[in-house]
Order: sequence, then structure tokens, then C-alpha cells
Amino acid sequence: MIADRAQGGWIIALSLLAAFLLAGIPLPGPLDHFRPDWVAMTLIYWCMALPYRIGIGMGWLVGLLLDVARGALLGQYALALSVVAYLTLQAYRRIRVFPPWRQALTVLVLLLIEQVLVFWISGVIGYPPSDGWYLAPAVGGMVVWPLLFIVLRDLRRHFQVE
Amino acid sequence: MLNPMATLRLGLWAALAIGMMVVDHRYHSLDGLRDLLSTAVYPLQALMQAPAAARTWFSENLVNRDTLLEENARLREKQIFLNAQLQKLTTLEAENRRLRSLLESAVNTPERMLVAELLAVDFDPYRHHILLNRGRRHGIEVGQPVIDQHGIIGQIMRADLLTSTAILITDPNHALPVQINRTGIRTLARGTGNFQELDLPHIPNSEDVKVGDLLVTSGLGGRFPRGYPVGTITKVEFDPGSPFARIIAKPLAQLDRIREVMLLENGVDGTVLAPAPVTP
Repeated sequence: MIADRAQGGWIIALSLLAAFLLAGIPLPGPLDHFRPDWVAMTLIYWCMALPYRIGIGMGWLVGLLLDVARGALLGQYALALSVVAYLTLQAYRRIRVFPPWRQALTVLVLLLIEQVLVFWISGVIGYPPSDGWYLAPAVGGMVVWPLLFIVLRDLRRHFQVE
Repeated sequence: MLNPMATLRLGLWAALAIGMMVVDHRYHSLDGLRDLLSTAVYPLQALMQAPAAARTWFSENLVNRDTLLEENARLREKQIFLNAQLQKLTTLEAENRRLRSLLESAVNTPERMLVAELLAVDFDPYRHHILLNRGRRHGIEVGQPVIDQHGIIGQIMRADLLTSTAILITDPNHALPVQINRTGIRTLARGTGNFQELDLPHIPNSEDVKVGDLLVTSGLGGRFPRGYPVGTITKVEFDPGSPFARIIAKPLAQLDRIREVMLLENGVDGTVLAPAPVTP
């Protein structure tokens, strides 16, 4: 078990790194409004797959890095992602056995909660969203979730991340 | 089947996050931590640059000779033209300085500039902040004005070791002192959160303001040097019910497609504070 754990860590780190990079790449035209929050989704996956290993603390840490990378208030994404991690941990047994479409809907709800938290804090410090697009990334996330799920699951199985 | 341990842990982490946000927002005493983390995140941001950098490289290197020759000729022509204009400007500048010293008003000294590139990083879309690839190591300081070839873009609001963050003039929390070039009316240009709009409050209905008027920095406030172009007025609405006109301006700089910017030296000399008499 210990050896397995040591072996799998780099895959988790690498997938989060890839998510960070993907999040920075703009999509063409109006599609960019729907650019999914890859980091949050990757975090949701790992919380769901390895709940004993990836959890609230990890969500908080990843969120803090996101805060720095996005120039947000320190703690903004940290709070949002630790809440997302917490909710995923509370429901992972159910989410795991959901059919893909229901899983995608659950992810939509989780991402909506994340967005609302982030924009709520932004609003409090004087940056309220000035148009209606701010919830669109969650919809984009729902659409790409099944794909992300398959990719990460295959990675996890292939490299036996436990 | 809620796990009470997890709930407790969430409470602790959430409290830590909220505490950090309050401290960061109110007291700015976490700048050291942010500086450290931003240096750690820098390789990632540099890596994010790779696709854009590759595209630029390809489009710069895979052009045919004719295009290059043509561009070269065009640039040379432009340079001759600009040089000719510059000669005139140098004389004018010298004359201006002489006249100013005669008037015993502060002398405008030429500012030093530094070029920085935008890092293509995804920021919160409702904040008009940009990340630049120059930091404290390159001599960047908080408060330095940022311009491009068309006009004022914004100012540096945070200088980390390797990168710095600039706030744009269209950010909803930004305002800069400007004046209308034609008439000398002074006002503020407030950001609206829209890249194409600046809001000019507190101009009475009776003032002479026209669509197309040029806005320049007034130099008041001591942040921005005087006389840099900011925008042009695009809409003037006189509302008889309110004491002030509703005036909207459009920034001259193309704020949504910035690639390279220039940073001016911080206003160290007194000139920026000297209100120059502008004759209408």
C-alpha cells in the first residue's frame, strides 16, 4: 500500500499541472465563455476516486495556487475548492455509481457552487460580475466531464494509482 | 452518512481561507506569501506562454522574402518620417523647457521607459488586471504608469520578484485624473468594467464637451505624468434633471488586445504636481 501510494503521486500532480495549463488556454470566440474550470474538475475526480488520499487540504492548497495564478484575493479559490472537495468527499460513494449523465449533472452543481462562492467574494470586494456569463464555465465543465472522467480513470488504472 | 471529521476539517480550512482573505484585502500583509507563491507559479505561467510563443515564432519565421522586404521598406519609410518629426519635437521640447524655466515653473524632464510583455494568463474576467513579465528584479515598482503606443493603459499595482500585475484604467476600481485637451476641463476617468468605456463624472451640463474631444492625463494626483493621451469622448448626454452631464469616453489603447507595454519611471520630479495653466 505504501509503495503504491508513493508510485501514484506523480500522476495526480501531473494531472493537476495539466489542468492548470489547460485552464490558461483560451478557446476560440464565444466558446471561451464556457471554458471549463479544469483544475476544479480534476480535483473533483481525484477526491471521488481516492477519497482517503485527496481531500479538503489538497483542495485548499490547489486553490491557493489558483489564487496566485489568477490574481484573486488570497484564499478565494482556496475556500471554494475546499468546499468542493468537502462536498465530493461526502457524496463520493453515490457519485461513483451514477451513470455518466447524472455524474455530469452532479459535477455541474459542484462547479456552480464553486463559481458562486468565487464571484460572491469578488462581489463583496467590489468586483461584481458585469454580465450573465459568469456561470457559463460550469456548463462547459458539465459537457466535458464524461471525457475528462474517462481519461483520468484510464490513467489511474494504467498507472495503478491507489 | 456525513463524516463529522471531514466537516471539522472543512471548518478549519475555511476559517483559514477567510482569515487570509480578510488580511489580504484589509492589511495587505500577505504580500510576502503571494510573492513567494507567485515565484513558484512562474514556471507554470511561462509554460502557458508556450502555445502563443510558438504561434508567434512560426508566423515570424515562416514568411516569404517578399513580405519581409516589403515590410522592411515600409518600416524604413516610417522611420525616416518619424525621425523628421522627432527633430521638430526635440527643438520644441528644448524651447518648452526654456520657456518654462523663464516662467519659473517646474521643468518637464523626459521619463525613462522599460518594455514589458504581457503573460497570457487567465485572470478573473471581471477584474481588469494584467500580468507582465517584469518584476522587482527588473526595477519595477508599485505605481509605475503603464502605456502603449496609443495611450495610457494603467498602472502597476503589485510588483513581485519576477512578474508584476497592472490594473487597467477600465477596471471598475480604478480612476485617473484627466483633462479635456481642447478646453482644459479637469475630471476623473473612472473604469466601468468594459474595455471600451470610461465614465467621466462631475462635468456640469453647462460645460463645453463634444464627441471626439481628446482626453489627456492632467498630472494631478502625482501618479501619471501630464499630457499622455487617454481616450476620446464618444457620448455626451445632457440630462436636465441632474446637475452633471453623462459623458462616456473610449480608451485610445486597445486594452483587450495588449501584447507589449511600456512602463514609465515613477513620477519622482515635481512636475506631475505642477498644475499647468491651460488656456481655453
